[in-house]
Amino acid sequence: MLSVCDAYVTFNPGTPLAVPALRGVDLDIEEGEFVTVIGTNGAGKSTLLSAVAGDVRLDSGGIYIDGHDVTGRPTEQRAGMIGRVFQEPRAGTCSSLTVEENLALAASRGGRRGLRSALGRGRKKRELAEQLSRLGMGLEGRLGALAGTLSGGQRQALSLLMATLLPMKILILDEHTAALDPGAAATVLELSAEITGEQKLTALMVTHSMRNSLDFGTRTIMMNAGRILLDIHGEERKGYDVPDLLNLFKKTTGSEVEDDQLILA
Amino acid sequence: MSALALSGAIEAGLLFSLVALGVYLSFRVLNFPDLTVDGSFPLGAAATAVAIVHGINPFVATAIGTVAGCCAGFVSAYLNVRFKILNLLAGILTMVALYSINLRVMGRPNISLYGEETIFTPIGNLIDLGLWTNSVILLVIAVAMKLLVDWFLGTQVGLAVRASGENPVMARAQSVDNGRMTIIGMTLSNGLVGLAGALFAQSQGVADVSLGIGTIVTGLAALIIGETLFGSIKVAWATLGCLVGAVLYRLFIAAALSAGFLGIQAQDLNLVTAVVVAVAVILSQARRNSRFRLWPWLRRQVTQPQPQKG
Repeated sequence: MLSVCDAYVTFNPGTPLAVPALRGVDLDIEEGEFVTVIGTNGAGKSTLLSAVAGDVRLDSGGIYIDGHDVTGRPTEQRAGMIGRVFQEPRAGTCSSLTVEENLALAASRGGRRGLRSALGRGRKKRELAEQLSRLGMGLEGRLGALAGTLSGGQRQALSLLMATLLPMKILILDEHTAALDPGAAATVLELSAEITGEQKLTALMVTHSMRNSLDFGTRTIMMNAGRILLDIHGEERKGYDVPDLLNLFKKTTGSEVEDDQLILA
Repeated sequence: MSALALSGAIEAGLLFSLVALGVYLSFRVLNFPDLTVDGSFPLGAAATAVAIVHGINPFVATAIGTVAGCCAGFVSAYLNVRFKILNLLAGILTMVALYSINLRVMGRPNISLYGEETIFTPIGNLIDLGLWTNSVILLVIAVAMKLLVDWFLGTQVGLAVRASGENPVMARAQSVDNGRMTIIGMTLSNGLVGLAGALFAQSQGVADVSLGIGTIVTGLAALIIGETLFGSIKVAWATLGCLVGAVLYRLFIAAALSAGFLGIQAQDLNLVTAVVVAVAVILSQARRNSRFRLWPWLRRQVTQPQPQKG
C-alpha cells in the first residue's frame, strides 16, 4: 500500500546547519497494517511522515502509494489518498469555521470543489451528527459551533473524523495525542485504534511512548538518526515489552536511550 | 447637514461598501493585505467611463469595469503565488503599474460623464425618487453583492478559500490548492472594487486618475467599524458590517465636514481616515490582548517583570 524507497532528506543542505533527517529509509507497508513509529527526538519520525504526506520533498529516493509514484506531487495532490491528523490540535481544524464546515471541507477532499453549497441539509446533517456522536465527545449537538471553541481533545477527535470521513489509502497520525492532557490523550488514542480497526485502515502513527507503540497497531518500527533501526511485527511482536525495546536499542546503537519521555510515557 | 449632503454621504458610503466587501475578502478571508485596491478602483472607473463615452451600453460598461478590476486582482495574486513576491509588495507593484495603465486607458487624466447615459438613467426614469434615486439603486446593488459574497463563501470553493486563508497547512492536507484559492479570492475581491469604481464614475459623473488614493484605507475603516458593530467571525454578519460600516463612516465624515469640526476640510479626509483606522486597530488590539498597554512607559514602575517559572 505504501512504499518508501531509499529516502534521503537533508535540511539546510550545503550550510553549516545541514541536518540529515532521513538517511536511506526503506519501508513497505501492506494494506491493513497499523504501523507505530517510535524514536528519540531528531530520529526522523516526523520527517518520514511529512515526506509521505508531501510537506517535505525527498532529496533522493521514492514514495509510492497504492502503486502510484507520488514522489514529486505536492501535498494537495496527494491529499485525496491520505488522511492526516496533526500533533497540534489547532493545526488540523479551522478555528473560524464551524464543526460542520470543517467536516464539509474534509468531505470534498480529493474531489473537485464546485459552486454547490458546501453544507448538506436534513439527512446529511443527521448522518454527520451520528458520526460525531460515535466520537463520544459531545460534539453531535455542536455542528454549528466554531471549531475554535472546542477543547484540544474535541478538536483532535474532530480532526480524526475529518481524516477518516472518506475512504483513503493511508492514515497518518503524527503524535496526535502529544499536546493533549492524559485523559483526552487516552480517549483520542482509543478512538484512533477503534476507527482504524473498524474501517481496516492502513495507518502510520508516530508516538512518543514505547508503551503505546507496542499496545497499539500491528507493527512497530523504531527510528534512530534518520534510519529504521528496528522493525517488529507478527508473532514476534506479541512477546515484546518496553525493556526489550530498550535493550534492543542499546544493542544496536551501543548507547542508552536518553530521552526520558520515551521511557516513562 | 443638508439633505443633499446626507444623500451624498449615503451614496458614497454605499459605493465604498463594495470596496469594504472586497477588502474583507482579501484582508480577512484570504489574509492577503492587498493594496491593489488603490489602483483597481480608478481602473474600474476609467474602463467604464471610456466605454460609456464610446457609446457602449452602461450596463455592459459597468461589467467591463468589474472585469478590469478582476484582472488587476489576478495580476497581484499571480505575482504572489507564482513568483513568491511578498503579498504586500505584489499589491503595491500592481497599484503603481495601474496608475500608468489608467492614464493609458483614459488617454487623459480624467473623463467627464456629464450628460452621458449611465446605469442610473434608465432605472431613474423608471422609479424617480429625486435626490435618493442613486442611493436606492446603490443600496440594491450593495445588498445583492453582500448576498453574493455570503453565498460564495458557503460553497465548496468558498469554504476552501476560507480555510486556505486561515490555516493553509490544514487546507493543503484537505487537498486545497492554496495558490489557486488566493487567485480566486483576489480576483473576486478586486472585481468588487472595480465595480465600486465603475459605479463611482457613473454616480459622480467623472473618472479621475487620482481618485484611487486612499481607497484601501477607506475600505479598511468601513470594515473595522463593521467588525466592531457586528463581529467578524460569522460571514453574514461581517459582510453586513461592511455595508453599515461604510455608510456610517461616510456619514461621520460628512457630519465632521459640515459642522466644521476641528476645522476639518475636504482635503484633510485622507488624514482623518488614516487616523481613524490607526486608532481602531490599536483599540481592537487592546481589546484582544489584555496585556497591551497604550503607554507602556507609564506602567514600567508598577509591573516588574515576573521571574519565569521553570
